[in-house]
Amino acid sequence: MPVIEVTSLHKRYGETVAVADVSFDVEAGEIFGVLGPNGAGKTTTVECVAGLRVPDGGGVSVLGLDPRRDATRLRQLVGVQLQESQLPDRLRVAEALELYASFYREPADPTQLIGELGLDEKRNTPYEKLSGGQKQRLSIALALVGNPRIAILDELTTGLDPQARRDTWGLIERVRDRGVTILLVTHFMEEAERLCDRLAVIDKGRVVALDTPAGLVSAVAPEQRVRFRPSTPLDDRLLTGLPQVTAVTRSGGQIVVTGTGDVLHAVTSVLARHQITAAELRLEQATLDDAFVELTGRRFVD
Amino acid sequence: MHAFGQILRTEAKLYLRDIPTLMLTVALPTLILVVLGLIPSLREPSPEFGNQSFVTYFTPSLLVVTLAMVGINALPTVLATYRERGILRRLATTPASPLALLTAQLVLALVGILASAVLLAVIARLAFGTPLPQHPLGFAVALVLGTAALLAVGLLVAAVAPTAKAAQALAVPLFMVTMFFGGVYLPRFLLPDFLADIGAYTPPGVQALLDAWTGTAPHPLHLGIMAVIAVAAGAAAARLFRWE
Repeated sequence: MPVIEVTSLHKRYGETVAVADVSFDVEAGEIFGVLGPNGAGKTTTVECVAGLRVPDGGGVSVLGLDPRRDATRLRQLVGVQLQESQLPDRLRVAEALELYASFYREPADPTQLIGELGLDEKRNTPYEKLSGGQKQRLSIALALVGNPRIAILDELTTGLDPQARRDTWGLIERVRDRGVTILLVTHFMEEAERLCDRLAVIDKGRVVALDTPAGLVSAVAPEQRVRFRPSTPLDDRLLTGLPQVTAVTRSGGQIVVTGTGDVLHAVTSVLARHQITAAELRLEQATLDDAFVELTGRRFVD
Repeated sequence: MHAFGQILRTEAKLYLRDIPTLMLTVALPTLILVVLGLIPSLREPSPEFGNQSFVTYFTPSLLVVTLAMVGINALPTVLATYRERGILRRLATTPASPLALLTAQLVLALVGILASAVLLAVIARLAFGTPLPQHPLGFAVALVLGTAALLAVGLLVAAVAPTAKAAQALAVPLFMVTMFFGGVYLPRFLLPDFLADIGAYTPPGVQALLDAWTGTAPHPLHLGIMAVIAVAAGAAAARLFRWE
């Protein structure tokens, strides 16, 4: 049974339609991504799920409850990390967690959470003295301190350096392993590809695709490219004859084979049979980025 | 209740850590008093001030400094900053209410004002022989109503200002007007009568404070106006206040 159900969600701000028609279900224990460019309606969608906004149409159900009517109960069960929400400059790490822990009936142990998030040495550091990554980890800790069943995380790693971003991803996976369902908003392809079990791609207020990251990629861009430099000259026909191969081109001394299915295996088998070794062998697959371009007809801009 | 206690405790810590604001709100009036009191001629009773010294005459106006600092400057700036940084919004996603934070801020503002008033009265009494407020009940009522009126105006500023910068842009002129009519910039006996009269009706109502301090019951109209301002500005602030 899904823990979050969004059905034909619609939300306007005055004349502007922020969310036209969005539906998706999130299953217990998964990391579900809401992916899309800026202004696509991602944040509005999760704000409706979090009960911060009232939808103009459609329905939202979280753990079988209504985010507005049952707000008091849901706030105990759902942890929310909002985009660009900060803390007072002089508030210290441990104080922030103890403060937020006091809001919940069955909070996590702040000290333990500080340890898990690698903030031990920063316990008594004021918020203003934390690095971007540390602020973000504290923000995640605040979303988790109530021992929620669902965590909603909006633009988790925006503004972080690559190392801090990877650390944060590892952290989110550990949180999921504890049984927390995660609804993740992101506009980073790499993040969605690495973290999410399933994704809803949102563009202009609508869901344009809903699948696993691999499913999305293979649905819109099933072709792969094998690129290599043969040890001896090679007749193209050896390759074009293969059922998996759709095209063979040359660029410099390299051969580029485009195909579907298990094209890599097919190509390497043929080469092996003719005692040709392939130097600089590379397999190029479409990324989620390519899939996005296919889906929306636009390049993804950060 | 547990949550509110923790919020109040946390906000109190933050207030105490902000030394400049703490000095401006709690200690500044007393510091001005001490500096003025070091000038001998200002300690002499003079018929101009009803046979009190200038220092004694000026003490209630110094209280206006605290009230204006806390009510019009500090409170709206803190709240607008909290809104601007998404702190109120984030609270709205937890079981704690942003209203608890607002209440905690008001409690702290009142405590700050009270501490400042007590410090001022005690130092004025001990160092310069200024009598403590002679009409304690009237003084308490005037202080409470004046404070309420100023805090309500401050909340109104916090309600309409989207950012901390905007809050300060709105607060500065209001602050200057409050200080001017409160007789802080120019002692009120130097002001033309009609300006001094206006000061009786602008928050925090310095005339009522002065009357009560020197032993006269504050004029009901002066108190009434403060109550009206407090209710009207408070209601407008409640209507206009946005958490984000």
